[in-house]
Amino acid sequence: MAHPSTYQPASGIEKWLDTRLPIPRVMHDQFMVIPTPRNLNYWWTFGGILAFMLAVQMMTGIVLAMHFVPTPEGAFDSVEKIMRDVNWGWLLRYAHAVGASMFFLAVYIHSFRGLYYGSYKAPREVLWILGVVILLLMIATAFMGYSLVWGQMSFWAVTVITNLFSSLDSLIPGLGTTLVEWIWGGFSVGGPTLNRLYALHYLFPFVIAGIVILHIWALHVAGSNNPTGVEVKTEKDTIPFHPYYSIKDGFALVMFLLLFAALLFYAPNLLGHADNYIPANPLQTPPHIVPEWYFLPFYAILRAIPNKLFGVIGLLGSIGVLVFIPWLDTSRIRSTRYRPIYKWFFWLFVITCLGLGYLGSQAPEGWYLFFGRLATFYYFAFFLLVMPIVGLIERPKKLPGSITQSVLGPEPSRAAEPPPASQEPVREGVA
Amino acid sequence: MRIARIPAAALVALAGLGMVLPGAARAEEAANGHGSEIEAQDWSFAPPLGSFNQAQLQRGYRVYKEICANCHSMRFLSYRNLGELGGPHFSPKAIETLAAQVQVTDGPDDKGQMFQRPGRAADPFRSPFANDQAARAANNGALPPDLSVIAKAREGGPDYIYALLTGYRKPPAGFDLTQGMQYNTAFPGHQIAMPNPLVDGVVPYTDGTKPTVDNYAKDVSAFLMWAAEPKLEERHKLGARVMIFLLVFAVIMYLSKRAVWARLHRRDHAHNA
Amino acid sequence: MANPDISTDPSLVPDDDPSRRDVILIGAGAFAAIGGAAMLWPLLDQMNPDASTLSLASTEVDIAPIEEGQAITVMWRGKPIFIRHRTAMEIEEAKDVKLDKLVDPLARNANLPEDAPATDANRAASEREPWLVMIGICTHLGCIPKGQAVGDYKGEFGGWFCPCHGSQYDTAGRIRIGPAPQNMYIPPYAFESETKIKIG
Repeated sequence: MAHPSTYQPASGIEKWLDTRLPIPRVMHDQFMVIPTPRNLNYWWTFGGILAFMLAVQMMTGIVLAMHFVPTPEGAFDSVEKIMRDVNWGWLLRYAHAVGASMFFLAVYIHSFRGLYYGSYKAPREVLWILGVVILLLMIATAFMGYSLVWGQMSFWAVTVITNLFSSLDSLIPGLGTTLVEWIWGGFSVGGPTLNRLYALHYLFPFVIAGIVILHIWALHVAGSNNPTGVEVKTEKDTIPFHPYYSIKDGFALVMFLLLFAALLFYAPNLLGHADNYIPANPLQTPPHIVPEWYFLPFYAILRAIPNKLFGVIGLLGSIGVLVFIPWLDTSRIRSTRYRPIYKWFFWLFVITCLGLGYLGSQAPEGWYLFFGRLATFYYFAFFLLVMPIVGLIERPKKLPGSITQSVLGPEPSRAAEPPPASQEPVREGVA
Repeated sequence: MRIARIPAAALVALAGLGMVLPGAARAEEAANGHGSEIEAQDWSFAPPLGSFNQAQLQRGYRVYKEICANCHSMRFLSYRNLGELGGPHFSPKAIETLAAQVQVTDGPDDKGQMFQRPGRAADPFRSPFANDQAARAANNGALPPDLSVIAKAREGGPDYIYALLTGYRKPPAGFDLTQGMQYNTAFPGHQIAMPNPLVDGVVPYTDGTKPTVDNYAKDVSAFLMWAAEPKLEERHKLGARVMIFLLVFAVIMYLSKRAVWARLHRRDHAHNA
Repeated sequence: MANPDISTDPSLVPDDDPSRRDVILIGAGAFAAIGGAAMLWPLLDQMNPDASTLSLASTEVDIAPIEEGQAITVMWRGKPIFIRHRTAMEIEEAKDVKLDKLVDPLARNANLPEDAPATDANRAASEREPWLVMIGICTHLGCIPKGQAVGDYKGEFGGWFCPCHGSQYDTAGRIRIGPAPQNMYIPPYAFESETKIKIG
């Protein structure tokens, strides 16, 4: 970020605050005038949508926490009380539950955008890794939140997933069991478990918010990527964030809210599971334990691997591998737009992820198991084989000379144009 | 959008499918091998702007009270709920009478004893058994589930409940029916511990509706849906307002975006001209 | 990027139609404000008492065991309710007080109109003047006054005495001396029978 601040405090109060805690200056510099590539498409609106959804989840969550009772006897009942007696309780609860799904929909789209356009490549590696950390924290938070309802699915999902840690027993005898009993606070999932899940579920979103600030900071150091993958060369490649992208993000947000509202008001339980309206029964396992849709791909990977310990490693590895993408992808070209071979592998990867999602909802037997294993193989092969190899051997399409060129097209009259008043040096590789 | 629009749109459509398919898959699961085909019924509350039929809910409550409440509790409902908007909407007098018809346990009194008194509007529905163990003991070890949210706790919801209540049949030839169980076409596994609770004429209807098993099943299923989702009507109504608001807002935002970006396009033309 | 020229800031291009754009943007802002307020309201309203709290309206009390000169305290909506069975002398003393001597001239009785004066008849149970039913909370800062137990110090006026800051109430529960501004409130209640009161 080599731009000097152009902020001029307008009023006396602004001047006073500016010399003590320059928040208006930071807001002005980082969210209003910051030069942003002029060619960003709608896939770039999901960052703003995610920030909004984090705020929605935190606000609805905090007010729900005013009524929730974190004990095995009281939890399910308190949720029903919220739905029936608390003013607007039904709206707040459904907003929080449907909101979690919308949060994940947005984060997956946002992540796939990053994959497609090479937004993880230098100098944005840390930005990408912070994103993976946020995804991990979101997964943990959502898992804990779902457990609080203390329905059948809540209880048994916690039991199954925490039991995974006992696979460590095959590495060091007793380690896994000790760890699991530590997590449970007992010899099985119970009251102590519920209480600590509640405390941590309240905490994690604040941790996420902190990492999001780092994520935005890292973004602003490097500047946004853009659909061509070609870095900003001159000022002409950019426009100020406000009003162009503030209004575009606003429009995209309203469209996203339309989907959110349609689900909330007309199909609030569509993405859920009926079994979670049965109070938790430690003596009866539901016939099919299924996680929420956003965990299904990972669930499929876990069950595709026949060995318990390696299944857990596969599960953790499926997210862990994401951290190394900036170094696994050997291509010099950022954007898949200009990578004709890689493009096919990418879309196959997308289909694989969707397929894994479907397979995660089915019993792991017969053809489902076969395709689950095939899809799991391709999932890892995409990162560990396709990315390193295709990047080296592929002949990319010709890149546009600049962002402006890609938008306006090469103009013969450009040669006769006087250069712009201030020419910033090319920013590639320079912080 | 510059990137190829077809793959992009396909991606979003597939993501949407990815969210919905598991639900559809589960419904399919329920249909195959875990129960019978559950036919979809016509419910007044099913469409996006649908609402409950007040008379139907009142009849359904009668069926619950006379038949189901002998074994099934409904602990999340209180008599005062019967008077709420969007529900059976009994009058306050009717609710007082209904509540007073049951004896509820209260106390302890000044001597430390629990005592019985007539119910009041604020009381929760009286449970037939003091606890789960008593319920099991009275029902050959089977526990009649609480019905407060049963319409959301089963795949198929009210369709399933209706199918179950009208699904009692003689077992087909060769079917191995365990002693004490009944054959039911809708229940997963086809063997249910609950004896057929409904018979034509068992609950008198006073509004002219025919007192048939089919109508009892429809009415009590609708009642159970209300019991599980008492805010359904409020949700549908508010939803309509919110959707219209957001649609208009979306149009305004789109026009705003175009108006703001027009400057950029003007600038480009100015340069190129 | 300090140069405000149009090649870097297209917003400075002279406008073709600023008024139309402004209208649309004002519309957008208005919708955003309405949407924001609509989202904020449920977040605030959920803290109000919920339906189950509002429904726990009433308590029934058996007053048969209360002897003349005795008082009991029961709970209603989380608050203490003083029920005193007054003696003839206590009733006389309350009736004798001239209204203009009272600190608070209003009855503060939920069963009567707001402007009803604080006569003993308006404070005691109608048609049953030995019975006084009040919310036993001092109207100064919320302490529970003494006077229910037979051995309690009841203050100069024989009613109740608040130990926190010295407010003194008479035998109709009206404030006479001390920092409390109002008479103790009388909740909504009714006699179900000669021996049973329903409060709320």
